[in-house]
Amino acid sequence: MLDNLTQRFGRVVKNLRGQARLTEANVTDMLREVRMALLEADVALPVIKDFIAKVKEKSIGQEVIGSLTPGQALVGVVQRELTELMGGASVGLNLATQPPAIILMAGLQGAGKTTTTAKLGKWLKERQKKKVLAVSCDVYRPAAIEQLKTVSAQAGIDFFPSTPDQKPADIAAAAIDYAKRHFYDVLFIDTAGRLAIDTAMMNEIRALHAQVKPIETLFIVDAMLGQDAVNTAKIFAETLPLTGIILTKLDGDARGGAALSVRHVTGKPIKFAGVGEKLDGLEEFHPERMASRILGMGDILSLVEDAQRNVDQDKAQAFAKKMKSGKGFDLNDFKEQIGQMKKMGGMAGLLDKLPAQLSQAAQQAGSTVNDKSMNRLEGIINSMTPTERTKPEIIKATRKRRIATGAGVSVQEVNRLLNQFEQTQKMMKQFSKGGMQKMMRGMKGMLPGMR
Amino acid sequence: MFSFLKKKDRPSALSMPDAADTATSAHDATSAATPAATSWRDRLKAGLSRTRAALTTPLGELFSRNRIDEALLEDLETTLLTADCGIDATQWLLDELKSAVKKNTLESPSQLRQVLADRLTTLLAPLEQPLDVTAHKPFVIMIAGVNGAGKTTSIGKLAKYFQSQGKSVLLAAGDTFRAAAREQLKIWGERNGIAVIAQESGDPAAVVFDAISAARARNIDIVLADTAGRLPTQLHLMEEIAKVRRVIQKIDVTGPHEVLLVLDANIGQNAVQQVKAFDQSIHVTGLVLTKLDGTAKGGVLAAIARQCPKPVRFIGVGEGIDDLQPFRVDEFVEALLAGPENAAA
Ligand SMILES: Nc1nc2c(ncn2[C@@H]2O[C@H](COP(=O)(O)OP(=O)(O)OP(=O)(O)O)[C@@H](O)[C@H]2O)c(=O)[nH]1
Ligand SMILES: Nc1nc2c(ncn2[C@@H]2O[C@H](COP(=O)(O)OP(=O)(O)O)[C@@H](O)[C@H]2O)c(=O)[nH]1
Ligand SMILES: [Mg+2]
Ligand SMILES: [Mg+2]
Repeated sequence: MLDNLTQRFGRVVKNLRGQARLTEANVTDMLREVRMALLEADVALPVIKDFIAKVKEKSIGQEVIGSLTPGQALVGVVQRELTELMGGASVGLNLATQPPAIILMAGLQGAGKTTTTAKLGKWLKERQKKKVLAVSCDVYRPAAIEQLKTVSAQAGIDFFPSTPDQKPADIAAAAIDYAKRHFYDVLFIDTAGRLAIDTAMMNEIRALHAQVKPIETLFIVDAMLGQDAVNTAKIFAETLPLTGIILTKLDGDARGGAALSVRHVTGKPIKFAGVGEKLDGLEEFHPERMASRILGMGDILSLVEDAQRNVDQDKAQAFAKKMKSGKGFDLNDFKEQIGQMKKMGGMAGLLDKLPAQLSQAAQQAGSTVNDKSMNRLEGIINSMTPTERTKPEIIKATRKRRIATGAGVSVQEVNRLLNQFEQTQKMMKQFSKGGMQKMMRGMKGMLPGMR
Repeated sequence: MFSFLKKKDRPSALSMPDAADTATSAHDATSAATPAATSWRDRLKAGLSRTRAALTTPLGELFSRNRIDEALLEDLETTLLTADCGIDATQWLLDELKSAVKKNTLESPSQLRQVLADRLTTLLAPLEQPLDVTAHKPFVIMIAGVNGAGKTTSIGKLAKYFQSQGKSVLLAAGDTFRAAAREQLKIWGERNGIAVIAQESGDPAAVVFDAISAARARNIDIVLADTAGRLPTQLHLMEEIAKVRRVIQKIDVTGPHEVLLVLDANIGQNAVQQVKAFDQSIHVTGLVLTKLDGTAKGGVLAAIARQCPKPVRFIGVGEGIDDLQPFRVDEFVEALLAGPENAAA
């Protein structure tokens, strides 16, 4: 995703340098780029229109401070607005009521309601020492009740049994009664997924809500949703007095514009984010992180996490040690790096996660670096002798020719590899004090607005 | 209306959502009057047009304007974008339209509509390739997709579809991860009256291996292998599913004979990434687009057609066992472009 906001602005504002304030004239083109970036991120078009109007209003007349370009100044406004729209500090669940505090889960099919029920239950039990009960009113989807039973056990919360031949209203009534008599602090009511236009099913959940009077009515939303998220959210919000939103599947690579759409349409806070299938895959929601993600400014944090998850820690440590011991970075290490890179999702995956400036720089540094060329690079190194790999400086014309023939490439390609190696070696010297992760963190510090 | 809430009634309630809908267009009234005759196409159209009515200028209205101007083209752009067509495909379609306008061959907005329909059809036509399951026995179909896309439900529907064509079908419970995934598939097996091969083990490849052996022994025509939902960012899970594929090849060098990627029509531009990523790890040969009974329009197919085309074998139009249809480009395009007026006509 090189096509993102900062880079786009770069294009637009080239001839705007030196202008002292944001004006109607210099902002219009940039706002068009904002629109495109938000569209690519799946923010719904009507929401984009409102957002752009607001940004325009706030930005025009603003002074461009110090060394900033008008583009950078506008990115600042956009990100601030987006973060604000996304909500302030994360708010937890409201349980301030006569127990049991009832929490109703609602959303489309496959959104993550059942999984999130167990995640939240586990959260409340472990962090707030609550006594938690869960019940399923999903009498439609095959084995939905069984699923909640299993995940409740995994979460260490209690499960109130129900069967598909019961009515949701009866199930809920029995569960509330049981929860009261057994002094539960919290009762989760899981429901079947439903389409917003399925009026019969929407009436069902409206009636269920009226009956159980939950203190929290949570709308569970898949972060991958497209333009239709606004319609769905609108109807759910009209049918139910929602109290909060939970975004799921943020561990994926969707830009997550639905977060903005749903937040905008419902006006309700996003309370948590689902970041994995396992029951500890739940996090508090971070508005600025989400804003950066939607704008395509690179999800540095997830990049760091990826690095931690996929890079072989032992090898990374051995490597760090070697660097410290003063023994230089050689072609074996270079090959190792290529391998690690592949593990992290290849160059494409890596570049996707980098913010514009960096991925651009990365592309320029090795304009031919892509996954195929990584394999070729490996091939070239493989046809070198061990001595050549540890002492690349001995590789002169004859050796180059032999290596090229061995790897089935041209001599130029061998030269190119050696050049890339040298560049990397230089970079490594600069970063030799820390490992990969430190380097990532360093990159993070280079970015405005990133924490 | 509340009789729909009874469990037995629900599939039929879903197969005629218009009956319960308070929407106002003439089309909805028509289909409510003849619920039994409601085809998926009408349902699709109804669903497709509802959003548009709420959101943007309906295409029907656009095309009935009598002048082709910038504003009209801009509205068209809006319509395509809100259908999840994506920037690239939308731009392409608009450029095609603009050049047609420039050539001055168009006199009325309704001609413009025809051009748009033609271009969309041309773009999507290569995706209409029905699935032929006769070349191998057992014909092994692997089903993959992100979490909650509709894989297991689609398998339940596909089993019915193939059985109604006289084929024998066997299911493999390859989702060994998600809670009660096996039980869910078993219920679909019962509904279809067919065997489900499952194991206590946590190894999906072993289950699928078992199922293919069983299918050979029982002279079964088609094996449908369920897999756990996974996001392409979970590289170890992408490797796991690649292994399932390799194991299938080990038992039958010609297999798997179809690798179906299930896409939820509600998903936005990430669907394109999903196609690319799954294709890289398991060589996707076909798509199933689910949940088209909702208001999401599935315009992302246009983006997929441009960036990573794959045959769309089936579409899902509900949660019931019969809510599956082969993909038809002309019907899809017509439904996508029909505003409420056109749908009623
Ligand atoms: N309205 C509608 N719902 C569908 C359709 N297909 C599947 N669903 C529903 O979507 C939800 C998820 O479907 P599943 O079949 O469990 O999806 P899956 O991909 O197997 O999910 P995991 O195995 O959990 O990743 C269920 O509630 C299904 O009933 C469809 O075409 N229309
Ligand atoms: N990767 C990932 N998967 C999730 C997350 N939340 C739920 N899922 C998966 O999404 C699918 C649908 O979830 P489920 O809880 O059954 O959804 P429901 O139909 O709304 O109850 C299941 O495969 C879950 O394991 C998440 O945050 N990340
Ligand atoms: Mg559920
Ligand atoms: Mg499943």
